[in-house]
Amino acid sequence: MSKNSIVDFSKIKDELADLAKPIQVLDQNAKVVNQAVFDSFSDDQLVEFMKKMVWERALHEQTMNFSRQGRMGFYAPTAGEEASEMGTVMAMQKQDYLVPAYRDIPQLIQHGATVTEAFLWSRGHVKGNEFEARALMPQIIIGAAYVETAGVALGLKKNGEDAIAFSYTGDGGTSQGDSYEGMNFAGAYKVPALFIVQNNGYAISVPRESQTAAPALTQKAIAAGIPSVQVDGMDILACYSVAKAARDYMLAGNGPVMIETLTNRYGAHSSAGDDPKRYRTDEQQKPWLEKDPLIRLRKVLTDKKLWTEEQEEALIKEYKDSFKDALKQADAVEPEKVSDMLKRTFEVPTPELQAQIAKFEEKESN
Amino acid sequence: MSKKSYIQAITEALDIMLQEDPKTLIFGEDVGKNGGVFRTTQGLQEKYGADRVFDTPLAESGILGLAIGLGLTGWRPIPEIQFSGFTLEAVDSIVGQMSRMRFRFNGKKNSPITVRSPYGGGTHTAEMHSDNLENIFTGVPGLRVVMPSNPYDAKGLLISSIENNDPVLYLENLKLYRSMKDDIPDEKYTVPLDQANIVQEGNDITIVAYGAQVQEAQKAAEELAKSNISCEVIDLRTVSPIDTATIFKSIAKTHKVVIVQEAQKMAGVGAQVASAISEEAILSLDAPIGRVAAPNSVYPFALAEEVWIPRKDEIVAKVNEIINY
Ligand SMILES: Cc1ncc(C[n+]2csc(CCOP(=O)(O)OP(=O)(O)O)c2C)c(N)n1
Ligand SMILES: [Mg+2]
Repeated sequence: MSKNSIVDFSKIKDELADLAKPIQVLDQNAKVVNQAVFDSFSDDQLVEFMKKMVWERALHEQTMNFSRQGRMGFYAPTAGEEASEMGTVMAMQKQDYLVPAYRDIPQLIQHGATVTEAFLWSRGHVKGNEFEARALMPQIIIGAAYVETAGVALGLKKNGEDAIAFSYTGDGGTSQGDSYEGMNFAGAYKVPALFIVQNNGYAISVPRESQTAAPALTQKAIAAGIPSVQVDGMDILACYSVAKAARDYMLAGNGPVMIETLTNRYGAHSSAGDDPKRYRTDEQQKPWLEKDPLIRLRKVLTDKKLWTEEQEEALIKEYKDSFKDALKQADAVEPEKVSDMLKRTFEVPTPELQAQIAKFEEKESN
Repeated sequence: MSKKSYIQAITEALDIMLQEDPKTLIFGEDVGKNGGVFRTTQGLQEKYGADRVFDTPLAESGILGLAIGLGLTGWRPIPEIQFSGFTLEAVDSIVGQMSRMRFRFNGKKNSPITVRSPYGGGTHTAEMHSDNLENIFTGVPGLRVVMPSNPYDAKGLLISSIENNDPVLYLENLKLYRSMKDDIPDEKYTVPLDQANIVQEGNDITIVAYGAQVQEAQKAAEELAKSNISCEVIDLRTVSPIDTATIFKSIAKTHKVVIVQEAQKMAGVGAQVASAISEEAILSLDAPIGRVAAPNSVYPFALAEEVWIPRKDEIVAKVNEIINY
C-alpha cells in the first residue's frame, strides 16, 4: 500500500480468509473434542445416530445396485454425506417443512416419505410426489430452494406455527443468484428458514474453489445479516447439535440461519454415469475416506461396547431387504396416463384440455 | 468425409471455430476438464487452453450476462447452458438483454453470441431436462433459434451461428446426440440460418417438422409410401426465422400439409407455420391443415414420456386423416 492511500484493499481481502474452524464434537480420530456436548447424548441416542447412518449407507449401496440393474431412474449417490444428511434431519420435527434437492432423498424419507415413493420419484412417476411428509419434491433447479424456503418460512411464521423451514443445497448452489435473494428475504423478514449447504467439494466436476473467491460459503450469509457456521460434515454429533441449536434459535423468533457442512461425495455425481476420475484423483479423495462418518462413530460405540460388527451386518441386511420390498411395490404401480396428466394441469380443465382429455381417455381405455 | 454422430459434428464445429477465430470463447458449467456432461466440449480445453474454454460458477444468469459483456468487448462467446430447462434461469439475459442490443444501439453494438443448449424428450432424464422450450424463444425479436435434425446440419448450422453477429439459441437434441450418424465433410462448411431443407420429395402431402421429429416424419413417410402416399418432408432447421417460402412452394404442389412438433400444441412453431400458411397460402390447400404435437400438459415425468411424445404412428394417422378429408 502506498503511504497516502486511503484504504488497503489487500488487507481487507486477506482478512476474509480468516476462517472459523469448523465445529466438531468428534475429531477425525473419534476423539471427543467437545465433552459437554458429547455427554449430553445418551447411549441410546448415540446408537440411533449410528443406525441412521448405516441405513443411509445401505440405501446408497442398494440404490446403486438397482441403478446398475436399470431399475432406478435419476438418482444421486449419497455415500460420504451420511453425517451431514442424517445429523441435520434428525434435529427436525415432523411439523417442519423440508425443501430438499435431488441428493436429499434420505432426508425426505426420514421426514416421512416412503421408500417406495422415493423410488417412484427417481423413476419419474407422479405417485412418488404424493408423500404425506411436509416437504416439497426434490428440487432439480438449483437455487430455487433458497427463494422458496424463504417463502415457506414466512408462511409458517404468519401462521404462528411452531415450525421451521429447512432446505438443502450444495456448494455449487451457493453461486446461483437465487441463493442471495432467498437468504436476503429470509433475513429481511426475520423468518425461521434454515439454509443447509452441503459442501461436498464439487458441483458435478467443478471444484468448490472455482465457485467463488469467498474463503467460506458461510460468508455468503453474512451479507444478508444471517448468522452462519461451518460444521464438520463428517461428524454426525456436530451436525445434529448445530442443526438443533439453529432450530431452537429460530423458533425463539430470531430469524434465519445458514449452516455449511464440510463433507464429500464418495461416488459419482449421479447414477447417470459421470466418471469422477475425470476431475479428481484417488489421492485427493483419500483424506476424505479417512474422515468417514461411519468409521468415526463406530469407533466411539465399539469402545463403549454399544455396537458390534454382527449387529451392523444384521441391520444392513434388514435395511436392504426393506429396500428390495419397496422397489417391488414401486414395480406394481400402474403407469401414468396422459389423460390424468392433462386433468391435473389446471384445477378445472380448459375447454381445449377437455377435448384432449376425451381423446386420450378413449385411446387409453383400450 | 467420415461417419460422425450428431454430437461429434457439434464438437467438430466448435473445434473449427476455436481454431479459426481467436476471439471465440467457450464457457459454462462442466465444459472444461470434464468436457461437458455429454462430452460435447471434450478435449477442447486441453487443445485451446483454459483461457478459451473454461468452467463457470453454477449460475445461468451469470453465464449469459458474462457472454453479453464479452460480446460488447470484442469477443465471440459460445456459452453452454447445460440443459435447456435451465435457460429459464437466464431469460432476462436472453430475452431482455442480448436480443435487444442491436436494436437499442441502432446497430452500433451487438451480441455475437451462440448459446448452445441440449433439449428434447425420450432419454428418461430428471424433471426439467427434456422440455421443448423453443415456444418461449421463437417469440423474441432479435433472437435466432436453430434446431438441427442431423449431423450434417448440426455442424454447418453451428458454424453459421457462431459466425453470425446476431444472438443465436442453438438447441441440440438429446436423443439425437448419439443415436444418429452420417457421413459428413471433415472440413469447414456452413448451412444458412434461414433455409428449410426438403429432406424428401413427394407429391401428395407436405410434412413440416424440425428437430427429432424430422426422423419420425421420415419414418412415417416411409410407411405411408407403402400405401402409395407420397410425402414431401420439410425440415425447418431454424425455427426463428421460419423459411415459409419453401413451405409455400411445397404446398402449391401437394395441396395438403401436416405440421409436426414435439412441443405442446398450445403455442409456438407449429402454430406459427399454420398461421403463415393461412395468411399467405391458404388457397394452395384443398384440406384443413393437420397438426401433430404433444398434448397441453407439463412435460411428463420420465416413466410416462413415451406415451406423451408424438411419434411416427401419430403422424401416419394424421396424414391419412388429411389425405382422406
Ligand atoms: C439451475 C440448474 N443449473 C444446472 C443444473 C445441472 N446440475 C445438476 S447438479 C449440478 C451440480 C450441483 O452441485 P452442488 O450444488 O454442489 O450440489 P451437489 O450435486 O454436489 O450435491 C448441476 C450443475 C441444474 N440442475 N439446475
Ligand atoms: Mg457439491
